[in-house]
Amino acid sequence: MVKLSCGALSQYRAEQRTAALPFAVTILCVERTTTVSENIPAVELRGVSKRFGTVLANDKVSLEIHRGEILALLGENGSGKTTLMNMLSGIYFPDEGEIRIDGKPVVIASPKDAFAFGIGMIHQHFKLVDVLTAAENIVLGLKGHLDLAAASKKIKSICDAYGFEVDPQQKIYDMSVSQKQTVEIVKVLYRGANVLILDEPTAVLTPQETDKLFAVLRNMRDAGKAIVIITHKMHEVESLSDRVAVLRAGKYIGSMRTSETNAQEMTNMMVGHTVTLNIDRPDPVNPRPRLEVKDLTVRNEDGILKLDGVSFIANSGEILGIAGIAGSGQKELLEAIAGLQPAEHGSISYIEDNGTQEQLIGKDPLAIAAMGVSLSFVPEDRLGMGLVGNMDLTDNMMLRSFRRGHSIFTDRKTPMHVAENVVHELEVSTPSLATPVRRLSGGNVQKVLVGREITSAPTVLLTAYAVRGLDINSSYTIYDLINRQKEAGVAVIYVGEDLDVLLALADRILVLCGGKVSGILPGRGASKREVGMMMTQIGGKKSDD
Amino acid sequence: MFDFVSFIPRAVMQGVPLLLGSTGETLTEKSGNLNLGIPGIMYVGAISGVIGGFLYESSLPSPDAIRALPAILIPMCASLLGSLLMGLLYCFLTVTLRANQNVTGLAMTTFGVGFGNFFGGSLIKLAGSKMPYLALSASSIIYRRTLPFANKLGWFGSIFLSYGFLAYLAIAIALLSAWILRHTRVGLHLRAVGENPNTADAAGINVNRYKYVSTCIGSMIAGLGGLYYVMDYSSGIWSNNAFGDRGWLAIALVIFTIWRPDTGVLASFLFGGLYILHMYSPSGMNLAIKELYKMAPYIVTIIVLVLSSIRNKRENQPPQSLGLPYFREER
Repeated sequence: MVKLSCGALSQYRAEQRTAALPFAVTILCVERTTTVSENIPAVELRGVSKRFGTVLANDKVSLEIHRGEILALLGENGSGKTTLMNMLSGIYFPDEGEIRIDGKPVVIASPKDAFAFGIGMIHQHFKLVDVLTAAENIVLGLKGHLDLAAASKKIKSICDAYGFEVDPQQKIYDMSVSQKQTVEIVKVLYRGANVLILDEPTAVLTPQETDKLFAVLRNMRDAGKAIVIITHKMHEVESLSDRVAVLRAGKYIGSMRTSETNAQEMTNMMVGHTVTLNIDRPDPVNPRPRLEVKDLTVRNEDGILKLDGVSFIANSGEILGIAGIAGSGQKELLEAIAGLQPAEHGSISYIEDNGTQEQLIGKDPLAIAAMGVSLSFVPEDRLGMGLVGNMDLTDNMMLRSFRRGHSIFTDRKTPMHVAENVVHELEVSTPSLATPVRRLSGGNVQKVLVGREITSAPTVLLTAYAVRGLDINSSYTIYDLINRQKEAGVAVIYVGEDLDVLLALADRILVLCGGKVSGILPGRGASKREVGMMMTQIGGKKSDD
Repeated sequence: MFDFVSFIPRAVMQGVPLLLGSTGETLTEKSGNLNLGIPGIMYVGAISGVIGGFLYESSLPSPDAIRALPAILIPMCASLLGSLLMGLLYCFLTVTLRANQNVTGLAMTTFGVGFGNFFGGSLIKLAGSKMPYLALSASSIIYRRTLPFANKLGWFGSIFLSYGFLAYLAIAIALLSAWILRHTRVGLHLRAVGENPNTADAAGINVNRYKYVSTCIGSMIAGLGGLYYVMDYSSGIWSNNAFGDRGWLAIALVIFTIWRPDTGVLASFLFGGLYILHMYSPSGMNLAIKELYKMAPYIVTIIVLVLSSIRNKRENQPPQSLGLPYFREER
């Protein structure tokens, strides 16, 4: 009874999203769950270390996680945030140190143990079985007689309490990313978790979905759960968390109340020195039409319409940002321009400085690349396109240049210099140029990929998800590089997932929605809300909810 | 008129080893292990049963002294033990040591066939047989016993009741496996392990244990297929290499049934029928054309492979992590 009314209240609060709340009742709810242990943290890590081979991923980290509080865990790529949380969820076992739950030292040897201690983690890559239904996934790993009808009932009651929407009978492969994430959260709550860990939960969500998730997280905090969220997005940290803890190179740097700090201070703590947090947007340099796409229609291999009558012009010396929910045709658009994807209909013309036009459709990808159209697409696994994991840096640079030689021998010197330059300018941390790319951390792999595309001196630079999963410092290096290309007169087409960055970086923003152009906005003065609406509905809609 | 009353029982008897083999392989594949050692394991199951039966029969003072219970249990236990050891070896190599599953499986098939032929040859020598085969006729008669009233029921009796107990056991195992996979928690967990071991592990399921147990049980079921072949189908007569390519057909059957043991019951009888179709070709037919008939099961297998790769429904695809080793702390 108490639980339900508490949940209903929280839901009410989420809907209102204002300060005017029935406080007395809210406080009552919090009290009910926190009276047991007022000052003892829900989880306490003491001097925890974890080593992978020679790499020290966590170095004597101590951290407290409290009930009724949202803790944001910050750190650059490879600073050991995920490793640390994986030790709480039983995926990894700490090499040294102690974990205390409610003040008692415990051993978490497996995910099962973690559940038993009420710790649930929502991983960056969802841990769901695609061919099973939501209900089957949620009860996975539990004991006792398999009764899916009873499970569905319990799922419904959890959903009602916190304001989720889940259809227990729906198969996972039929779900959107945000639905899958909801299933993950319900799964954790179904097991009675009191400590929730979310690893970059908003990386794949639209702004609207993110708002919904945050409302739910606040509901859960108000119900007395301890919540840890790992994210790279500063504005999310500021709007959601109560406290932040910072890791740097595997070490615990410190923690503070979110209300008493700001993005600049947090970033400085993460990086270890002062960083400027402004994305420059120099004015377009002498913009002239460079690429004209008219009425482009593309179907994928399965015959599904991915692009439907897309038309736009990309100017030289300008950044054209492309926004859209993941899978709205961004990949197909770039691939069609690069000649990797056959077009069903429409035209793509490349316009030279003297005004002559050349049709790109039907051209060989190599010929298109030779004209100066360069594509760098960073897929989710980062290695899938453009780089060969088992080859070293020099060889990966050679992938672009090996055809240029005149004798039967390849020229290894030039690519080696290119590699040296990329490593030096982008501060790629690698043991040597002869290190296989797959051994580098994700951020460094991306720098190598983007760096190579840029050094090929393109006239059109197509880049997708260039900062996917990159920490704040590396991201700014990449933005800087892209801006320098723009100033050099390159027509940049930038597909991004972080709307705040798109709004700050792009001169114009093209919004894709289900393969159609939902609208093209000037980057200066466009609002996030407007773009978000256009992402989910053609042309956007002025007023709802 | 095509003689169904004699054709169907023979098709079923051909189908039973395939059914046991494919049920075993389905359970194995559901855990993510692609066990290409199944032909070898069925072979080992057969020869182990023969060794057990031979030792028991030769310990008797006279063939008439044979008793039903030990005559059934000794070969059966020997067969189960032989195929269990093969399953354990496969698991140790692929799950514990994370060796490549394809290579391990193929090696186990080569090993299993060699093992069978070596001991088969030795037993034939020991028995002092002049012919290149060993006969366990007394045990086989017990294995092939049917219900006493079966042959009084005309066509019904011969189509449905004319088989030894192992045939009915095979159907029961297939149906039970399908039920377990679909309706129990163990089945749900097993499917999760084969689809996505990372997820299963994070959900607190012991991935390696599921892989070991289901692969070993699968091997034992497949081994029974070998036992049925020797003791029932070929009347207790072992000769080297007679088992042929049935093991590979059993693996093809797994794909044909899209990983459903209950579908396997009818599908295996269909395969069995195709296997013996050439014996029912019109008399006086050119021998060369008869050879073409023998190709039927393989052609159907190829067609099924083509069709199943065209069909795109997610539920009909093989378990997603089939053939991949799993290691929790891999980065």
